[in-house]
Order: sequence, then structure tokens, then C-alpha cells
Amino acid sequence: MRITVRINGDEHQADCWEGESLLFALREKLGFPGSKNACEQGECGSCSVLLDGALVCACLVLAAQADGHDVTTVEGLAEGETLHAVQQAFVDAGAVQCGFCTPGLVVATADLLQRNASPSDDEIREALSGNLCRCTGYAKIFDAVRLAAGKA
Amino acid sequence: MTQTRARPLQIGRIGELVPRIDAPPKVKGEFAYASDLIVPGMLWGHTLRSPHAHANIRSVDISQALSMPGVHAVLTHDDVPGQKTFGLEFPDQPVLAIDRVLYYGEPVAIVAAEHPEQARRAAERIVVDYEPLAPVADMERATELEDLHPHKPTRGHGYREDDRPNVVRHMVIRHGDTEAAGDVSVEGVYDIGIQDQAFLGPESGLAVPDGEGGVDIHVATQWLHVDRAQVAPCLGLPLEQVRIHLAGVGGAFGGREDLSMQVHGALLALHTNRPVKIVYNREESFTGHVHRHPARIWCEHRATREGRLVNVRMRILLDGGAYASSSTAVASNAASFAVGPYETPNALIESTVVYSNNPPCGAMRGFGAVQTAFAAEAQMDKLAEALEIDPVELRLLNALKPGDVLPTGQVITGSLPIAETIRAAAALEPPPAEAFPRDPLRLPGGAGNTTRGEGVKRGVGFAVGFKNIAYSEGFDDFCAARVRLLADGSAEVHCAAAEVGQGVTGVILQVARTELGIEDVRLAPSQTATVGSAGSASASRMTWMAAGAVRDACRAVLEEQQRRPGEEIDLEQIYRHPRTTPLDPETGQITGERAHVAFAACAMKVVAEVDVELGLSRIVWIGAAQDVGKAINPQQVEGQIEGGTAQGLGLALMEEIQTRDGLITNASFTDYLIPTTLDMPPVESVLIEDPEPDAPYGVKGVGEPPTVVSTAAVAAALRAATGRALTRVPVKPDDICL
Repeated sequence: MRITVRINGDEHQADCWEGESLLFALREKLGFPGSKNACEQGECGSCSVLLDGALVCACLVLAAQADGHDVTTVEGLAEGETLHAVQQAFVDAGAVQCGFCTPGLVVATADLLQRNASPSDDEIREALSGNLCRCTGYAKIFDAVRLAAGKA
Repeated sequence: MTQTRARPLQIGRIGELVPRIDAPPKVKGEFAYASDLIVPGMLWGHTLRSPHAHANIRSVDISQALSMPGVHAVLTHDDVPGQKTFGLEFPDQPVLAIDRVLYYGEPVAIVAAEHPEQARRAAERIVVDYEPLAPVADMERATELEDLHPHKPTRGHGYREDDRPNVVRHMVIRHGDTEAAGDVSVEGVYDIGIQDQAFLGPESGLAVPDGEGGVDIHVATQWLHVDRAQVAPCLGLPLEQVRIHLAGVGGAFGGREDLSMQVHGALLALHTNRPVKIVYNREESFTGHVHRHPARIWCEHRATREGRLVNVRMRILLDGGAYASSSTAVASNAASFAVGPYETPNALIESTVVYSNNPPCGAMRGFGAVQTAFAAEAQMDKLAEALEIDPVELRLLNALKPGDVLPTGQVITGSLPIAETIRAAAALEPPPAEAFPRDPLRLPGGAGNTTRGEGVKRGVGFAVGFKNIAYSEGFDDFCAARVRLLADGSAEVHCAAAEVGQGVTGVILQVARTELGIEDVRLAPSQTATVGSAGSASASRMTWMAAGAVRDACRAVLEEQQRRPGEEIDLEQIYRHPRTTPLDPETGQITGERAHVAFAACAMKVVAEVDVELGLSRIVWIGAAQDVGKAINPQQVEGQIEGGTAQGLGLALMEEIQTRDGLITNASFTDYLIPTTLDMPPVESVLIEDPEPDAPYGVKGVGEPPTVVSTAAVAAALRAATGRALTRVPVKPDDICL
């Protein structure tokens, strides 16, 4: 089937098999490999994207379900070479090691700060608890979120 | 010696805080990981794996699979043109199973198809006739059961003869009077479950045929050149026809030292003459790499009434699983660091690693020292209790220092500030206990809202861990780097060091900028074709070794520039750390000056709270002091301490691959839990800088020590909170429910 998805503001089309996830379609068919494939069962948050503004795991959404909808991926956050404030904070705080979790965490953090511009430490921990990171132990990620929220 | 906290600086030379060059593309989603690679005309590979832990293969019928839509190739061991087996230490592991399978998930056949789902479905149509056999699943009985590898692989130096079935390596360290008695003695038996590296980026790669019989393999790996050395013979190709390129690596932690898809992808690519991409899913990843060895460790510590160790006796049994991987070195490391960073005049350490039909084990961050630190540190606490001495004081009383002798007879000649590291960690003050009521997120049980504070007990634990840096026991450990100084004044560095997330690319650039005195330095892609081996990004060695090689190459080009001013200079240099020698096979004693080149330590204080009514725990705070030699990039060093601590905490509290008769029962992130944001407390870290005299710029590796110690330290805090002995990790709710 052919799907049409508005990705980061622009319309894209792809031919998909009905069983394909939005994550697979984004990565392999639509040219948006930024969302990552770490568990493909909704446990790790590495594929976090916004679907009509709601934070979802792209691995748990069928490509067909996104037909006619808006998707924002990590590739849609920066303005050209100017990083989104959350992205810049992740760089500055040293929150990136292998970086495989980073796209999902960046999207989840941007979503958090949009809903709550000044989250407490507990709110940060709870909001990001669906995003696994194996390298950092999360300390520098918390630093990055506080930095992006103007609290560091 | 200095103690430092990270401080912001500029430019990007040694000791300064520099942003990583790979951070901007990673935050933008533009960094190309191995699983992101796409080329036109690419096929997808899939691996059919054994559902049995031990079985004979009577036959394999691929005819149905071959006729499935989109399928271009279905290959079995018959299609492996060269050597049929591979392995890091011994080539004991088949590329594809030949007439039997020895572990759950062992590759049996491979498929290439247009779409990954077509490849998966075709693999399901391969008919394998198995004759299931009784698995060797209990490591304690492995030496009495069927020999899984009757044709013992050739043994290397330092190997003791041992003809029992399934012994991969057995070694004994005899130090001083192994029967010496003390005034007091404490005993214990400790168990460690199987831990998984659980890197987030699954095993992935893309193999591209070059049209002339050779192949380019773009893969997430830890050691490009040793991959090539294993892949080429299996393909029946000379080394030059196999080029390994480092694709973006989503974490490693030891789990990418062994081959995963490299040979399979290349076989399919050469067979179909099309590029072939293979990406494991999470379930497959749990069977697609080796794990941390599960262990059982028997200990007896004898000491004087004053608390000085007299004799440490330990027996270590490790389950290596179906194939050897790096088990031999893990067993030796476990023995070498079994006592911990303490001086003892006498010791008897026996270490055995066996084959079984359990998941294959090999390298994981800490490499044998994690298991023994858990046991030995529990013993030190037991001893402190028996002697009524403060546990920190007992450790200080026995702390190793330069000039002391290790159980292997090696005299410590370099930097080893154990006492300073212990004192710095002990001096860190945890925050005072928070009053009740409080937000459930800051209580055991968390958002489950299972307590308002009733039943919650608090405990403080302390532990110290140490291990070697770089390769040991006479291994020829080297790293090559090549520097091109261009006529326009800029420079290009080639080094095959694998950037696995630890930040070695930044180290290389910092060293080059420092040595060359210029800002405009670029790093060429890591690959086998343009530069010699860098060795592995493991054993906490890569910063030291790459810094040495890049430093030497920079100095060589500057010297050459004096002779040929204005010309382009292009030179490659090889750096070696001071030579090590094997241990004597019968006594475990050094046969030269040293078996290990250098050591690094980490001391840790942990505060835990346990809801003893429900067996739920929460780690409140962690303070760490780490002996780092010289911090090349303090922010990245802190990141290694925090991340390494999290992995050790995971082993203490939740991480275990569970098996039933060799079959993995929890191969997913739903069932194999790793720490989340809600599990990790703040980690306060102090860097102890005491330069290592034999290392470039005085550096030490920093990746492993925090993982070595944190499992032991977290377990100690849970013991303090509950009064339970807690002799097994991961600790389960039943263990701490009073």
C-alpha cells in the first residue's frame, strides 16, 4: 500500500507492506534513519517520534497508521546548522557517548520541555524513564535537560 | 597527586574539556550507525538459529526456502569456502553449524532476500532435522559430563595441562605459604549470574562485494584488524581482499570483540554478488554475542587479630558456555585480581573456566574482575565484622601500594594510589536521609506507591575494585597510527581505534593538536586498508594505546618536516606498552618482570534504602573516587565513571540472562532489565590523578574500574540495610524481604 506522511513539515510517500512499522518505513523507505531500532518492542524509546504532536515509539505504530498524519523526527528539530536547544544542551553537557539512545532522548526531552518548561528533577526522571541509555548512567543526560530548561 | 572535579576549559588539547566531534551529528540523527547503512540494490540477510542448546543435526533441507519469493541465497556450512571455524583465542566455533549445535541460538543457515521479512519467512522454511541431546547445563558438573570439545584446541603459553572434559583453562596461583594460618578466618561462597552487555545498537553490518572476488564489510566492531584476521580465512581469501570499515557503533562493552554478522554477510554478498545488510533484532542480539561469565567463587580469608591479611584462598569457577571466545583470558584475569587491591603474603587462587551448552561467554567490561570483586569485597566486610574493625580502616590497613608484591609475584612499579582512592571515596558525604513522607519516586517501589516510609531501612556500603589496563601475559599489544602533515599546514590522522562511544576519536584529536601545535586536524575513517592494527577498544586500553601511537606518529612527522620543510609528510608509527610475560603454568607466578603492565582502581560508597516488607530497593546516592592517571578529557572521564557504575548497579540489582537447560528465557528488554532513569541515583565522582609512569601523558584507562567495584558496593549497601548475607547477584526481592 502507498502511504503519505507529513514528516518534519514536508509530505513524503512510500510503498509499504501492511506489516511494516512506522520505524521501518522512516528508516528504510523514507530516508529518516535518525530514529533508532534498539528493541523494536516499545521498551527502549530509541525510536521516539511525535505523531500529531504526541510522543510515541515509532516501532509500535504501523506505517499504515501514520498515513495522512504528521510526524516529527529527530531530524526535524535543528534549523539547518543551528541545533535545537535540547540538542545543543546534550552536546554541551557531555550527554552523548555511543549516541544510539540520543535521538529518542532528544525528542522525548523536547516533548517534556514543551509540556513543562521547568521540570523538577523527579519530573525529568519520570518523563525519561521510558528511554534506555546503556553508556552514560543518565547523569549527564539530566544535566543536559536542566541546561536546556535554563536551570544549569 | 591531585584530586579534581571537571572544570570547563577551551581549545581541545590534553586535559581540557572538549565537546565530542561526533556529538552534533549524533544529536541530529545524522550519525551513520551500522544499522543505518543503505546502498542501492541491497539485499537483507537473516540467520536461522538453533532452538536447541545441544543437538545433533541429521539433515538440513533448504529447497523450500530457496523457492520463496524474493530469496536470492540460502547457505549452510557446505557453502563456507575456507576455514569452517573461527574464534578469538581458538578457532573452535563453526561459521555455520556443521553436524551439531552446542548452544541456543547457534547459527545454522543464512538467507538473503529482497526484504527482511522475506528473509525471515524463508528461514522459517528451512527444514532442520535435529536429534536433541542432554545439555551440559551445570558448570559444576561440566568436568564429569560429555566432552563437548573432545579435540582440545591448541593451548597457548601459560596453560596448565588438564585432561578433564570441558576444561577450557585451569590455572593456579601459589603465593608464599599457601597453608599459612591466621588468627581469624572467614569463609563464603558467592554466585554471579550471567550479565549481558545490552548495548543499544544491535549487531549490524553491510557487506559489499567488490566485483573482483573481494569484499568490503562495514560493521560495528571493537577491533577491525582481528575481525579481518578471522573473516578472511573463512572466506578463503587473502587478507587484502577483505577490507573492514568501522560503521557507527551503538555501544560495545566487550560484546563486539567476537564476530557476529561479518562472515555471514560476506558469504551472502559474495554468493549473490549484491550488497547484503544484516541487522539483528533485540532477541537475536541476546544470542548474537557473548556475555559476562556466570561464576561461583569459594573464599577463605585468613587474617591477624589486627586485621592484616595472612592468606587468601579462593576457588573460582566460570561457565564459558559453548565456545571459548576470550574465556582463557577472563579466567586468568579473575585469578590475577581475585584478592582485590590488597597486600597478602600468602595466597592460593584456583581458577577454572569450563565449556557447557549455556550461552557462550567472553568479554564484558571488567573482564573477570567484576565477579571476583563481588566475592572478595564481601569477604573483606565479613572480616571487618569478625574483627570489629571499621570496613574502610580494614581496607586501608591492607591497601596495595607501589613496591608491594601481587599474588603472582609481580612487584608494583607504576602508579597505584589505593589508599588515597579509598580515603577520597570515604570522605565523600552522602546527603542526609530524607524525611517521610516524600514523593514516591524517591522511595523503594517508586511510582508503584507501595510505601509511605514504613518498612524502609537505610544502609551504607563501601567497596574497592581494581584491574589491569591493556593486554597482559605476554600478548604483543600494540597500536598503529599514521599522520599526514599536508603542505597547507593541516594534518590528517589515521588510526583504526574503534570509537564505540567512549570518545577515543576526541582523544586522538586532542593528542594530535597538542603534539602538532595546530588546530586544523582531521580524523580519517577507521578501516583496515589504510593503517595498521590499533588493537581492540577493550581492556581499558584504547586511550593509552591510541594516545601513544598518535603521539609517536606526530613527533615522527615533525622530525621529518625539519628535514623536508614545505613538503607533505606521511608516516605511520607503532606504539607498544612495556612488555609483559606469561605466568608459569604450574605456579601462576610471573616468568619475567610483570604479567600486567599497569593497574587502575575505583573506590565507591553507596547508600541504599530497602523496603524490607516487600523486598524493594532504591539506590539513593553513590560516591566514587577513581585512580585515573591523568584525565585527558575530564567530562568524558566522569561519563565513563557514571556509565560504568550503572552497569555494575544493574548486575547487583536486576540484570541476569536466565536459562533453563541452556535455553534463554528472557531475551528481550521486557524481561532482561537494565537500569532506567528511575534506578540511577546521582553519582558524585572524584578523579585521583597520579600519572602512570609507563603511559603517554600519564594516562590510565577509565572504563572498567567503576564497573568492577559498583556491583560489590551496591551489594554491600543492601547488606548494611537488611543484615542479610546476600551472596548472589543479582539480588532478588526474596533475598531482601525480611
